Amino acid sequence: MTDHHLALLNVGRIREPLDTPAMAGFTEALEPINALADASPGFVWRLTDGDAGDATSIRPYGDDLLVNLSVWESRETLWNFTYRTEHLELLRRRREWFVRVDEPIIVLWWVPAGHRPTVGEALRRLERLRRDGAGPEAFTFREFYDPEGRSPRGVPAA
Amino acid sequence: MTDRVEGSAESLEAIAALQDPVRRRLYDYVAAQDHEVGRAEAADGAGIQRTLAAFHLDRLADAGLLDVVFRRPAGRGGPGAGRPAKLYRRSAADHAVSLPPRDYRAVAEVLAEVVEVLGGEEAAEAVARRRGRVIGGRTAGGGDEDAGEGVVTVLAGLGYEPYRDGAVIRLRNCPFHSLAEDFPPLVCGLNLALIEGILEGREEPGLTARLDPRRGGCCVALRQASKNKTH
Repeated sequence: MTDHHLALLNVGRIREPLDTPAMAGFTEALEPINALADASPGFVWRLTDGDAGDATSIRPYGDDLLVNLSVWESRETLWNFTYRTEHLELLRRRREWFVRVDEPIIVLWWVPAGHRPTVGEALRRLERLRRDGAGPEAFTFREFYDPEGRSPRGVPAA
Repeated sequence: MTDRVEGSAESLEAIAALQDPVRRRLYDYVAAQDHEVGRAEAADGAGIQRTLAAFHLDRLADAGLLDVVFRRPAGRGGPGAGRPAKLYRRSAADHAVSLPPRDYRAVAEVLAEVVEVLGGEEAAEAVARRRGRVIGGRTAGGGDEDAGEGVVTVLAGLGYEPYRDGAVIRLRNCPFHSLAEDFPPLVCGLNLALIEGILEGREEPGLTARLDPRRGGCCVALRQASKNKTH
């Protein structure tokens, strides 16, 4: 399985501009949580705007949409960082900083080891998930597909 | 329908295996440890002879209640090191038998997804906190007891398997485990609110609950609230 890595795109519509006091809980957590990700087992890469060290200045779809794009060695290592560290608390509080959206805001997909996905590529995967539902090319933790396109929950993809 | 019948048959066998009191003691001992257990330790823990322990441990493994692993003790290896030790740990599998058949997990998954779709996490936490206060209020402690002990008893009764880790109370088991795997921030947030509610219901200002997830177990940990006295 080491010839494929797992990419994740997460988008979020912020309630207010990042420099407002209401967003301080989020902006103050960025550096420690990014450092935690970097140090986590299985972490491979995350998108940054070179200067800032994070991706918050990358706004492909207008001022209020943030993107978070990273690559991990496996579902398990990504899961452990996302839900079994201090990151869980931030997820629990996400509504303080992010507006609820009716469509999926997280998409996962497999990339060849060493590949760095672009924002455009990632957004196309999210579009696919939103349009077609989960499949081997774009899926979620809950409806997950392995690199061979098999889903543990149901029948293999045709 | 076939899946549910097969699942129930395995679980029925697993639960039946615990009817023997010796097996029950062995299972309880192994399940309560934070490490994989060898037959000698299990025998001592259950107060029985080693060969008897070995026999019952293997019956428990056959029934799917314990997993078997083989490990070399640290620092040993290469020829002459001897066989790896046979160790046991609680199986991660859920076993449940319900008669007549009930499937609360299926409806819980539907309702959890509805909460997500509606963005109702805050409301879910508020409901959980209220329920926790009711539970806590029913179990109000005596004035003299150590704040921790009463809470530990309540949480043990709810299936959390609390244990002390220095000054912290941690919870070895998540009673909502498979639902939490599908809806982590919702279920963990709800669980935290429930436990906070229990503390409020018991009027325990000395303890606070926080999310402190680790690789295994429940993500909530309880700590002494900071005291103001100087040392």
